[in-house]
Amino acid sequence: MSEPLLEIDRLSTWIDTGDHPVRAVDGLSLELRAGETFALLGESGCGKSITALSVMRLLPDAGRVVDGRIVLGGVDLLQLPETEMRAVRGARIGMIFQEPMLSLNPVLTVGAQILEVLERHTSLSTRQAQSKARELLDSVGVPDAPRRLHEFPFQLSGGLRQRVMIAMALACEPELLIADEPTTALDVTIQAQVLELLHDLQRSRGMAMLLITHDLGVVAETAHRVGVMYAGQIVETAPCTAFFADPQHPYSRKLFASLPARQKRGGALSVIGGNVPSLAQVFEGCRFAERCDHAQAPCRVIVPALTRTDGGRSVRCHLYTAVLGDRSAALTPVASSAEQAPAAGRANDPTSSPGPGAILEVSDLRVHFPIHRGLLRRVVGYVRAVDGVTLAIAPGRTLALVGESGCGKTTVGKGVLRLVPPTGGEVVFDGVDLGELSAPALRARRRDMQIVFQDPYSSLNPRMRVSEILDEGMSALGVGSTAGERARRIDALLREVGLDPAAKSRYPHEFSGGQRQRIAIARALAVEPRLIVCDEPTSALDVSVQAQILNLLLDLQRRHAIAYLFITHNMGVVEYLAHEVAVMYLGRIVEQGSVHDVFSAPKHPYTRALLSAVPVPDPHTKREVLKLGGDLPSAVSPPPGCHFNPRCPRAFEPCAVTYPAERALGPLHRVRCHLYDDVFPGRPIAPSDDIAERA
Amino acid sequence: MLFQPVILWTDALVFLLLVALAGVVVYVRRHEHLRQPWRRVAHSATGMAGAVVLAFFVLVGVLDSLHYRARAGGDSSRGNVYAVEITSVLDALLRSLKERPEKTYSAPLGYQLYARETVELPDGRQSREYPRLRHGGAHLKAPQDEWRPDVGRRALAGAAIGFVLWVVAATLVSAHIARATGEGIDRAWRALARGELDMPWRAILATLGALLVLVCVAAALAGKYHVLGTSKVGEDVLYQALKSVRIALVIGTLTTLVMLPFAILLGIGAGYFKGWADDIIQYLYTTLNSIPAVLLIAAAVLMMQVYIDTRPQAFPTSVERADLRLLFLCAILGVTSWTGLCRLLRGETLKIRELDYIQAAQAFGVSHLRIITRHILPNVMHIVLIAVVMEFSSLVLAEAVLSYVGVGVDPSMISFGTMINAARLEMARDPMVWWSLASAFGFMFALVLSANLFADAVRDAFDPRVAVIKPFRLRLAALAAAKAPA
Repeated sequence: MSEPLLEIDRLSTWIDTGDHPVRAVDGLSLELRAGETFALLGESGCGKSITALSVMRLLPDAGRVVDGRIVLGGVDLLQLPETEMRAVRGARIGMIFQEPMLSLNPVLTVGAQILEVLERHTSLSTRQAQSKARELLDSVGVPDAPRRLHEFPFQLSGGLRQRVMIAMALACEPELLIADEPTTALDVTIQAQVLELLHDLQRSRGMAMLLITHDLGVVAETAHRVGVMYAGQIVETAPCTAFFADPQHPYSRKLFASLPARQKRGGALSVIGGNVPSLAQVFEGCRFAERCDHAQAPCRVIVPALTRTDGGRSVRCHLYTAVLGDRSAALTPVASSAEQAPAAGRANDPTSSPGPGAILEVSDLRVHFPIHRGLLRRVVGYVRAVDGVTLAIAPGRTLALVGESGCGKTTVGKGVLRLVPPTGGEVVFDGVDLGELSAPALRARRRDMQIVFQDPYSSLNPRMRVSEILDEGMSALGVGSTAGERARRIDALLREVGLDPAAKSRYPHEFSGGQRQRIAIARALAVEPRLIVCDEPTSALDVSVQAQILNLLLDLQRRHAIAYLFITHNMGVVEYLAHEVAVMYLGRIVEQGSVHDVFSAPKHPYTRALLSAVPVPDPHTKREVLKLGGDLPSAVSPPPGCHFNPRCPRAFEPCAVTYPAERALGPLHRVRCHLYDDVFPGRPIAPSDDIAERA
Repeated sequence: MLFQPVILWTDALVFLLLVALAGVVVYVRRHEHLRQPWRRVAHSATGMAGAVVLAFFVLVGVLDSLHYRARAGGDSSRGNVYAVEITSVLDALLRSLKERPEKTYSAPLGYQLYARETVELPDGRQSREYPRLRHGGAHLKAPQDEWRPDVGRRALAGAAIGFVLWVVAATLVSAHIARATGEGIDRAWRALARGELDMPWRAILATLGALLVLVCVAAALAGKYHVLGTSKVGEDVLYQALKSVRIALVIGTLTTLVMLPFAILLGIGAGYFKGWADDIIQYLYTTLNSIPAVLLIAAAVLMMQVYIDTRPQAFPTSVERADLRLLFLCAILGVTSWTGLCRLLRGETLKIRELDYIQAAQAFGVSHLRIITRHILPNVMHIVLIAVVMEFSSLVLAEAVLSYVGVGVDPSMISFGTMINAARLEMARDPMVWWSLASAFGFMFALVLSANLFADAVRDAFDPRVAVIKPFRLRLAALAAAKAPA
């Protein structure tokens, strides 16, 4: 075996927060060889980004490496003076950050920013450096590189910006590339492009890559070896395939079990109880013991060491040492999540047709935002955020609205609730057209429709106590006649969403993200709505917390027969939870139907591409990613004809001319694509269903 | 009754402000999220040092705001007859300063006039010499020899009294700490001296000590001397400076009181409603900002002066006239200075109104007024607070400038501006008359500096954008503990 390129030995990084130092990274060791991708997997706050910053020696002012060694090719980085470290950064280690919007300087051209790196670390002449920059942009797949060099970051889309970031990180051909959540901020189709690019670059250049992510799917796609981090420590390392076949640490197993997927429909997701322990303490015993199903008495007293098991794996758990008497849990490999038997079907089976009366019927909803220009604010155009959306939801059912960012799915939700005024179309709720209602009548109707937002940090007023937050809607809409009655209802609500009623006198900042989302759900529930618009309610949460919230939402739906309009981009969540699904592209629904119809046999080329781009947490699945060129076009001037035609691999003549009409393919399954139009005799053959079969 | 209380307009507003302040303190104490940043303010050493000095000035200002008419004469048969003159408690306390006028300028702690005069000697000859002061150093028999030891002795005695007072205060503080922590008073004292407490008592006591010693030395000397000299008409400069403090405080606080409703209502209204409301408000403050403020103020103040002068019966005393003019100055300063804060609030409201919790409230059908008062206002209050404390010092300085130009307070009113204005011409004299200007400068500097230090601490505590970046200060013991198991 070759010498490791990067060797981290017992790294401890502390962050000073006042009273007690937070041990963000506590005795972390790992080895990374050239040409290898090591994925550091963990939930937020487990110390994975601090590890990366420690390697780069770019820690925040309050942080410091207190112990350990970081050796890169025989040189201990922690012993280098800052001037020599600067030569290492960029030249020997490249780094890609999560947010491409914030990582590029908005007032410098792309070319200037790449040249800056080249000038700092190489002795190329300006002319050579410029041609090198062009090559770099070419190599990361930026089309029309010579022109892009002179463009500013705001002229590039998110995917292109991330490619530019990668080009900068690769400018000096580093031996090690650190990618900190490189695709988290990107849409799935763009994510697929970027992951493939990283994979190709790494293979062709023989770089080592330290990939930091929370997404099991991304790990399965790219990594050779995996390290699972929990509370500042690595609890398990394993080769990627072995890890996905049989995760050993109870925490890793729980992570898999809490992933929503189609096979788990009907049953509750497995959750990890409790919270990540505070890192501002000295641990006695296993850090996971409090939340572990297999914890026994010694787990709380003896700190487990990282123990080597067979097949080049190690795990930090007493189940694999001689400390515990009963180790049966370790010996039986857990069936991987994909093989779990489906639980007994829900009363309302996903394939069954919706009840007769739809509670919400949206027809031809349009929301256009005017663009003002000039001194007199003349309207020069419209952003067609939502451009003719028709959908219906029956009581107690879930319609998932999926699509990439910018396709208008959030605006549909807000248009339905009249939080943004629709430009056209009808929203009929329970037989009443909301557009016809007077302001007081609409106010009274608001009881029936509520919304849960994506970001639990901005959806609760930080200056109000939980009780005031819950009381606001009730007193505004006249739920509960007396203050005493409302106070009792607040207690009941908090219990219903799984919080202690004592929480009502506290402020939002005292709660974790998941708990805040519970409060937001309780706020929506307070007025007994019949429809809740869930606007990506779990996308800001960790996997294990997401499982808790999804369980809660399903449970509430079962008990109160609430209908959900579930806006999301997470296909796993859709498969797990929704009855019907509608796929949006640029303000219009291109395909809708039951989850089974759409996911098993997607018809629209966009749906097929979208589904195939989702990374699957199983390295054995050799899925064929249907690549989409380019980015989502602007909603100001959508392409003529079918909006999808410039990116569509199967576009033919009529696609650029007319927008396809809706075709029914089954009782519920409808699609808007010329491929299924009988009026075009010479159309290409519609793709067969087996390509993107995912079940 | 020995006196008849008089409440001038500005007094009423000052008292109203104090009551409101007390109300806010009670409210803040009940709300944890409000108490927390104030606790951070209390833990800032420079902020608390500034607060101590500020508290001294406020005390002076409040004493000067308690106005009354004293009972005139000893004749009680005709019922209570009160003097026409309105005086304040501070005037009464400083009576010895006020009622010992000299003829004209004299240097600080001097015993003779600043200008040579022709005096007639007993033998009938005339000579030009520096005459002795009527009051300052009048007790000295042979001033050339006695002056220095006398001043030294009095200063020392004053310092000693100040030190004793400080020891008493420090003992009270450590007794309080000892009771709060449940430890002995000497341990509390030691912890205090080493600066180990959360509350920066060491800085507070050090400032208090310096202040006490200064005040006591000044008080000890003021009995027989003019500590800061006398003005052109022989008035004690220390008295003038102390009287100016109230004007500065009134201008600094009442102006913000006038400014806040404009800034908050219009700023939040523009940001929240957007559209044409925003356009109108923006045009309004852009226009107002383009008018030279000094011209606007000069015009308004002159109009007010004409109004007062034509109605002498409505304002019987000069104090009342001057007070009304002061109030009007505050109002016009407030009207011209709300634009900055308004713009800040508009921007912040534009940001906040897009946040999810506002949308959630809208989804409940909550009214606009309620959304503004319950959701937006509490979330911009930190900006208002920061702006108010920062504005205070600039308004104090603005008063000085305006009075210097002649459009500020009534010329009969003693303020820092009028002091500077009066001393301006004497700067050209040789030897220079520097003490009026230096005293006004020193007092104003102390006031503004302490206000700024306090404002800085408030901003650090309330501004979410000021990240709390602390240098890494892990204790050696903790480091050793970390290395031990490795």
